[in-house]
Amino acid sequence: MATVGIVRFPGSNCEFDVAEALTRLGGSTTFLWHDSDTLGDVDAVVVPGGFAHGDYLRPGAIARFSPIMGAVQRFAAEGGPVVGICNGFQVLTEAGLLPGALQKNAGLKFRCETVELRVASNDSALTNLCDGGEVLRIPINHFEGNYTCDIETLEQMREKDQIVLRYVRNPNGSTDDIAGICNEGRNVVGLMPHPERASLELLGSTDGVILLGSLLAAAGARVRTGAAVS
Amino acid sequence: MNFDVSVEVTLKPGVADPQGATIERSLPALGFDGIEDVRVGKSIRFTIDAADEKAARDEVEDMCRRFLTNPVIEDARISIDVPVAG
Repeated sequence: MATVGIVRFPGSNCEFDVAEALTRLGGSTTFLWHDSDTLGDVDAVVVPGGFAHGDYLRPGAIARFSPIMGAVQRFAAEGGPVVGICNGFQVLTEAGLLPGALQKNAGLKFRCETVELRVASNDSALTNLCDGGEVLRIPINHFEGNYTCDIETLEQMREKDQIVLRYVRNPNGSTDDIAGICNEGRNVVGLMPHPERASLELLGSTDGVILLGSLLAAAGARVRTGAAVS
Repeated sequence: MNFDVSVEVTLKPGVADPQGATIERSLPALGFDGIEDVRVGKSIRFTIDAADEKAARDEVEDMCRRFLTNPVIEDARISIDVPVAG
């Protein structure tokens, strides 16, 4: 069974929701404290939402220097699946694992609502079970989710099919309606919406299941090829 | 030698600044006209012990690049003063 390591910083607050959602889908999870410099025997990593280190200075600015992030960098460099959700996305951009940056929402509104996302690429650790082009209903919950990058970076990401999810109606002013992107290796994905909050009928949508299932599939593929690091 | 350092962090030109834009739109309502290019940033102040002003500046520039700013969207303006004795 694939094991997903979920990073916990002081101020993380979505780690238990992610663990619950992944467990319901048949995955096994373990928490990784920010102060540890190893991941142990995991097949994928999730950097969950919250306010790591209080979002002091900038969201993710302090978290990126946590000892665990060195281990996450090495795991990602070896092709291990890494997904950053919301604050986790901010951490991954600050750490340089993903291009660009997240800045304050246009209109300076904290947006907390279910939005529609179009799957722009099904070639990533988070969308490999998708057809591509389908629309998913998944909640967002952020103040700094306005994805920003320079025009060269945007052109490069378009060319390399690195834009994974786009908002159908842009809630935060993000460049090119971007809701989620991946790295060139396609194993590192960051997104502002919370798939774990769309994983049960009771929550109003189960559209996050296909994304979390994709992550478990990517983790499982790693188990089968024996690529997992200890 | 101790130097007083002030780092002013602002969004790069061309990066949308929603706080600046909101302030700019609000000022005419209070009768302040002719205001343009409002940018909101943050100010970080500290003292640093360094051999000379150049050494201090080099260190602060490195700090800005690696930690105090996100170079993707932010610029830093660094001021360094030698405190006056007495």
